[in-house]
Amino acid sequence: MYDVVIIGAGVTGCAIARFLSAYRGSFCVLERSEDVCTGTSKANSAIIHAGFDAAHGSLMAKYNLLGNRMYPELAKELDFEYKNNGSLVLALHEEDIHKLEELMENGRKNGVEGLEIVGRERLKELEPAVGHVPVAALYAPTAGIICPFGATIAFAENACTNGVEFRFDTEVKGLGPAQDENGESCWVVQTAQGVIRTRTVVNAAGVYSDVLHNMVSADKIHITPRRGDYLLLDRKTGGYVKHTVFQVPGKFGKGVLVSPTVHGNTIIGPTAEDIDDKEGVETTAEGFDDLMEKAGFAFDDLPLREVITSFAGLRAHEDRHDFILGEVKDAPGFFDCAGIESPGLTAAPAIGKEIAGQLAEKLGLKENPDFVGTRKGFPDVKSLPPDEIAALVKEKPDYGRIVCRCEQVSEGAIIDAIRRPLGARSLDGVKRRVRAGMGRCQGGFCSPRIMDILAREWGVDPADITKAGGHSSVIVGLVKDRV
Amino acid sequence: MNKTDYDLIVIGGGPAGLAAAIGAYDAGEKNILILERDTRLGGILNQCIHNGFGLHTFQEELTGPEYAQRFADLVLERGIECRLDTMVVSVGTDAEGIKEVAAVNETDGLLRLRTRALILAMGCRERSRGALNIPGFRPAGIFSAGTAQRLVNIEGYLPGRRVVILGSGDIGLIMARRMTLEGAKVLVCAELMPYSGGLKRNIVQCLDDFGIPLRLSHTVVRIEGKERVEGVVLAKVGSDRKPIPGTEEHYECDTLLLSVGLLPENELTVGLGAEMSRVTGGPVVNESLETSVPGVFAAGNVLHVHDLVDYVSEEAKLAGESAAAYVRECREAEQAGTEKSRDRIPVGFSGGIRYTVPSSVDPGRVRHWIKFRFRVGEVMTNRRVVLSIDGESVLSRKRRVMAPGEMEELVLTKKVLDAHPDMKSLEIRIEEDN
Repeated sequence: MYDVVIIGAGVTGCAIARFLSAYRGSFCVLERSEDVCTGTSKANSAIIHAGFDAAHGSLMAKYNLLGNRMYPELAKELDFEYKNNGSLVLALHEEDIHKLEELMENGRKNGVEGLEIVGRERLKELEPAVGHVPVAALYAPTAGIICPFGATIAFAENACTNGVEFRFDTEVKGLGPAQDENGESCWVVQTAQGVIRTRTVVNAAGVYSDVLHNMVSADKIHITPRRGDYLLLDRKTGGYVKHTVFQVPGKFGKGVLVSPTVHGNTIIGPTAEDIDDKEGVETTAEGFDDLMEKAGFAFDDLPLREVITSFAGLRAHEDRHDFILGEVKDAPGFFDCAGIESPGLTAAPAIGKEIAGQLAEKLGLKENPDFVGTRKGFPDVKSLPPDEIAALVKEKPDYGRIVCRCEQVSEGAIIDAIRRPLGARSLDGVKRRVRAGMGRCQGGFCSPRIMDILAREWGVDPADITKAGGHSSVIVGLVKDRV
Repeated sequence: MNKTDYDLIVIGGGPAGLAAAIGAYDAGEKNILILERDTRLGGILNQCIHNGFGLHTFQEELTGPEYAQRFADLVLERGIECRLDTMVVSVGTDAEGIKEVAAVNETDGLLRLRTRALILAMGCRERSRGALNIPGFRPAGIFSAGTAQRLVNIEGYLPGRRVVILGSGDIGLIMARRMTLEGAKVLVCAELMPYSGGLKRNIVQCLDDFGIPLRLSHTVVRIEGKERVEGVVLAKVGSDRKPIPGTEEHYECDTLLLSVGLLPENELTVGLGAEMSRVTGGPVVNESLETSVPGVFAAGNVLHVHDLVDYVSEEAKLAGESAAAYVRECREAEQAGTEKSRDRIPVGFSGGIRYTVPSSVDPGRVRHWIKFRFRVGEVMTNRRVVLSIDGESVLSRKRRVMAPGEMEELVLTKKVLDAHPDMKSLEIRIEEDN
């Protein structure tokens, strides 16, 4: 019997797990895929919103602000990449300037600090690459960018180190209230790996959070997967854009954002298309065309020939367009974290802290005296000064063996990614942890070598190594095996 | 304590790097270091186990590893120092023009090396799916042709059983045959352009001989399968290279191989501040294959993508000899206190030529001849390639067919150059041959 079962190892589930691990109890995270951070958390804009956008009084606004303020400290404690680069919302037309004012007013009510509307001249100073169209912008100095994989993995690793159990490939098939041998109420969770009993359940299942919620509550909710295509540009475009640059919704439509990433790439996206398929992360040619056109309103000469990859993510859009958080009225012990779409990544640590607190109160949990709130990230050869590279390789020689040439990821880092708590089991798992295969050749050179390292470290046959778990085997057999 | 100062460092121990080092050594410079990121010399040739290499260089048909070994042996015979498993992480120049190379490996940790001359021979990489903006899911089973080649030829793994190939570059064509021989079914090879990007002999030997259809003016418009590739949809493209609705054809397959172009790997070159060509993706070089950074030379696929390794070896030998001459000049200049002057006459081109290597000429530095290499932008028949100096045609060569997939050459001898001592301009153009 667990005290808490968290369903979903995305950024929300992992943040809850991390804050929960500051309490004493038995906690488990169930994840249907083979790793943390494989759904919405891995395919988004990777930005920390300032918080002017969410409607005043909404949960989105509240947790956006709280989360925004938590990230700088958390990024240090848990050693993941975060940068406070600020954001700009561009008005593309004089008649849109009043929308900037509305946004600023909403932001002030939400408690966002430092908001300022800047004219074209100051805009050019802040963002020299901005094109000829924009006339003014709302500047939000508190916005930032993070590595969404880095953050999620950091939360999960830290939770794991502090005693939270993670079960992968464990899809939840059903759940319902039950009673334990003492007649106390509990929950029974049916999974692909058997039945699990727990005092409380947290629903952090992303686009599937309505399915879980509706299993236990008469008060139904409805999530629409809202697909967004993204384009990612080569690191050589780093520095082209400095802030996260949005466009105010106007006569050109909703607009797209152009932002640097913490790794020096440039990201463009997302489109917005409501779909039925909760697995429909398929990119479209129309989406790419749309992004390129709209990004062109903000910048005249975006280096679009430097696209190295594209992807699509799904936002878990609930009909009421707000987060649904906390214990469900007609399902005591069942806690929702549903409808977590933008600014969900920003809000995640604040939601994690809040829900962990609610669970602790409900269950009467005591503080965990052994809790260690810090964690060390992966050393990155590329970003180290020469002396530190030399020291690192002296201590750990396999850090001198570069496997991924584009991102300069060493065999040592890949082995670390595998041997760490909740270590990588697939090519994508390695990629999310240490960026091997994330660069301009997209794994062309390194994927065979990473496959061999994975097979060696896990003691399995290379044919068992997958791109991303399930049936995503990289190879199908040996040469001439059926000739 | 490791040695850190060299006269020449060659980055890359593939065919270009090996031939360059040999060229420099044989020209009299012995203080050379080759840095190679892989665990053995030979570069990508090690996975090219098919034959057809060396016809020009050795007048016999060798496999890739055999061809590489011949050059590796020549390097070893000369006792040229090589560091394997060593990745160069940055390159720069100091105020005196000395090049600084930082590299890492397991045994030495961080190496900080200095050299008078530098030869860039890092080769190229394959264009990936992402760079093509092919929409659809992102399942396993999408490989660049070279990755599949490594999996098959080096590791002995079969990447898939039912294969569609996009792009008719040479590696894709070679892999169509290889995958077939290893037990896979290659359904089709689709090419966006109305002509193949590969050598004619590869179309015949790798597709035609195995009954694999080549669909020109076709592309992939959709990739199906959430975990592993389950199907690919091809469509015909119009003259604007955009898919024509209604021409879609579905192929049930588990693998998509991409052979859609090679990109010179020039991140280090850009870091050095060398002037780059937007057409080739490589640095701009003169007759000595020297980049805009004095003492930094380039050869092989890092400079421009070649079809045949024989030409890479030949080009790289020149880069090596030029680097040796540069080192000698540096020494002489140090003694004499004066530098030899440089001249730079740009090479003009027209009539469908996309680029030339070299792109400028210093007539005073040409030893025996200059070999201009270039590619055309479309298939052409019955033409003449004409080279003119100061408006006067000095060379004219008939070409029955020219295609983008086949690199062209034109040799200008020193004798002809010497007949134009005050040369101001040089142009190569393609004309109709009537």
